[in-house]
Amino acid sequence: MNAPRNNSRNAIQAPQRKASDFRIRSNRLAEFSVERDYDKCIKCEVCIRQCSFDVHYYEEEEDLIKHRSEDCVGCQRCAVLCPTDALTIRPNPAQYRAHGSWSSEHVKDINLQAETGGVVLTGAGNDKPMPVYWDKLLINASQVTNPSIDPLREPMELRTFLGAKPDGVEIENGKLVTSMPPQVQIETPILFSAISYGAISYNVQKALAEAAVELGTLFNTGEGGLHPDFYKYRDHAIVQVASGRFGVHPDYLNAARIVEIKIGQGAKPGIGGHLAGEKVSESVSITRMIPAGTDAISPAPQHDIYSIEDLRMLVYAIKEATNYRVPVSVKIAAVHNAAAIASGIVRAGADVIAIDGFRGGTGAAPKVIRDNVGLPIEFALASVDKRLRDEGIRNRVTLIAGGGIRSAGDVVKAIALGADAVYIGTAALIAVGCTLCQKCYSGKCNWGIATQDPYLAKRVNPDIARKRLVNLVKGWSHEIKEMLGGMGINSIESLRGSRSQLRGIGLTTEELNVLGVAPAGN
Amino acid sequence: MLRIKSDPNVCIGCGLCRIWCKVEHSPSKNISKAFKPAAPPTLSCVELEERGCESFASMCRHCEEPLCVYGCITGAMRKDPQTGLVTVDRSKCVGCWTCILMCPNGAIVRDERNGYTALKCDMCLERGFPSCVEHCPNDALVIEEVEDV
Repeated sequence: MNAPRNNSRNAIQAPQRKASDFRIRSNRLAEFSVERDYDKCIKCEVCIRQCSFDVHYYEEEEDLIKHRSEDCVGCQRCAVLCPTDALTIRPNPAQYRAHGSWSSEHVKDINLQAETGGVVLTGAGNDKPMPVYWDKLLINASQVTNPSIDPLREPMELRTFLGAKPDGVEIENGKLVTSMPPQVQIETPILFSAISYGAISYNVQKALAEAAVELGTLFNTGEGGLHPDFYKYRDHAIVQVASGRFGVHPDYLNAARIVEIKIGQGAKPGIGGHLAGEKVSESVSITRMIPAGTDAISPAPQHDIYSIEDLRMLVYAIKEATNYRVPVSVKIAAVHNAAAIASGIVRAGADVIAIDGFRGGTGAAPKVIRDNVGLPIEFALASVDKRLRDEGIRNRVTLIAGGGIRSAGDVVKAIALGADAVYIGTAALIAVGCTLCQKCYSGKCNWGIATQDPYLAKRVNPDIARKRLVNLVKGWSHEIKEMLGGMGINSIESLRGSRSQLRGIGLTTEELNVLGVAPAGN
Repeated sequence: MLRIKSDPNVCIGCGLCRIWCKVEHSPSKNISKAFKPAAPPTLSCVELEERGCESFASMCRHCEEPLCVYGCITGAMRKDPQTGLVTVDRSKCVGCWTCILMCPNGAIVRDERNGYTALKCDMCLERGFPSCVEHCPNDALVIEEVEDV
C-alpha cells in the first residue's frame, strides 16, 4: 500500500511533559467496545483518518489496523464510513456488577471524578429515561360528524405570525386603524433554536441560515454574535443578547427580525456558559468581539437583570435601539415557577417568550445540572399558557416551545398545548449528522458539527446540510398538515391552545390537571 | 462535456476515492476480493493530496492540449473528439512511459500487473459513473458540465 502510514493528523507529537501531567491511573471500564471483523478489514485506514479521538491506529509490525476501545465515544463515524462494514461499535458488554441503585454510569462518573476532581461535563440534552409527556398525549381526528380535510387537495395554512397581538382591532372604512406591534411572518411554525457560532462550526450555522431562508423561517444566532458573512441572511435571523453580551452592537441588533434576550437554557437552567479559549479562533473572536484564544465566559445571570423591572429596562433599551421595528423575545429555561415568571415577562414588554424544556441540548453543561435541573417542556408550556390566559394577557405575547421536539407529532402536540411555534435544535443537528455522542464540549466532534478545528469542520458540507435541513422541515410540515387535516382544521392558528384535541394516556390526575387535558376515553 | 470537480473546501481526507478507484481497477471489481493478500496489487488513478488540514483528490484533467497523447509513440493514448476524454488503449500500449514523463499532473500510473501498460482515469467509462464521485461521502468530488477543456 502506498498510503502514508502515519498521516500528520494522527502522528502523536510528543509534547514536553512533566511528571505532574500524568493522570491518575484510570479504573474506568471502556464505555464502548470496538469490534473489527479482520476478514472484512481491507486496511484502507479510513477509520484512522476519521477518528479525532485516535481510537484506531496502524500496527506496522503485524500489518494490522488496531484500536483502543477505551477512547471510543460511540459516535459511529468510523462504522458509517467503513467501506466494508468491518466495524461494529456497541456499548461495552463488560459492565460492573449490576446494581439497582448504583448504575454503571454512577460508578464511572464517581471514578472519573475521583481521578480528576472536576465537574463531569457533557453535551447534547438530558439522556435519562425521564417521562416524555409527548408520548403520553394522543391527537384527535374527525369521523363522520365533522369532515377531515385532504391537505393535498385543499388549502392548508401553516403560516404563523410572531409578535404581540393587540387587545382588539378597529377597522374604519375597510382599513385597519389599530397600530399593530411588529409582526414576523414565518411559513411553518418550526424555527431553528439558538446555536452559537463557536459552539457549532461556521458551515453548520451557514447551513441553518440558508435552510431558514429557503423555508421561510428563522434561524437563531445564539449568544455568539453574527458572523460578518451571515449579515446577508439578516431577514431570517433571530439574534441573541445573552449574559456575556458577545458580539452585541447596534448593527447586530438592527440586522435581526427578532432580538432575543437569553435568560436561561433548558439544558442548564441557572448557570452560564464557558467556551474554551481553544475554540475561540480568529473568526470566532471577530464575531464575538473578544480577543482570539481567550475563554468566552457567559455569567450565570445577566448582571443588569435582577428583577422584572430590570428586564423591562433591557427590553425597552433594545426596542429603542431598534426603533420599535422588531419584536423582542425573552428566552427562559423551563423551571418550577415558569408561569409566574412568564407573566412578569409579558408585563416587562416582551413580544415573544421562548421556553426551553430540560431535554434541550447544549454544547457543554455539567452533567449533574443537565440531568437534574428543570422541567419537561410539556408542563412548563401548559402552565405558562394557562396562566397567561387566566390573566388575559396571552395575546400580548407569542409562545415558542423548545427542548425535546423530536417529530411533527411533538410539534402538533406543543401547538395544541398553547405554543405558537417551536424551536428545533437537536433535531436539526441530527439532520446534519449528529449521532448524540454527547462529546460536543470536547471540540473534537467527528461529524464536524460542534468543533472549530478546520480539519473536522470541513466534514459538514453546507450544501448537503442545507438540503437535509430543508427536507426535514418540509417533511415535518407535510406531516403537520396531514394531522391538521385529520382533525378537520385548515389552519395552524385554529389548533393553537386547543387542548380538546388532546387526550392523556397513562397519566395521573395531577399530571392531567397541569397539562389541562382530559384522560383518553373521556 | 462532463468532468470531475474536486473541492478542497469540503474534502475530508478520508481517502475513499482512492479505495474505490483501486476496486474499479482491480480484476474482480469487488472490494472484499480486491484487497485480499493473494490478490494482485491494487492501483489507483486518484491521488489524495494532503498538507496539514487541507486535502483534495487529484486525477487526470483530460487536458485540452493533452501532452500524453502528443508524446505517445504507438497511438495508444487518444483524446475522444466528442467527449474530450483522454483514454489509453491498453492493447496498443507498450509501456514506454513517455506519457508519464509528459503528464504535468502526475496523473498516469504504471500498471505492471499484466504486462506493462499505462493506467489513467477514464471516468469509469465501463462502469457508467465515476466510482470515486459516487462514493465521496461529502460531495467533495462532483460531476460538472464544462464548456470545453
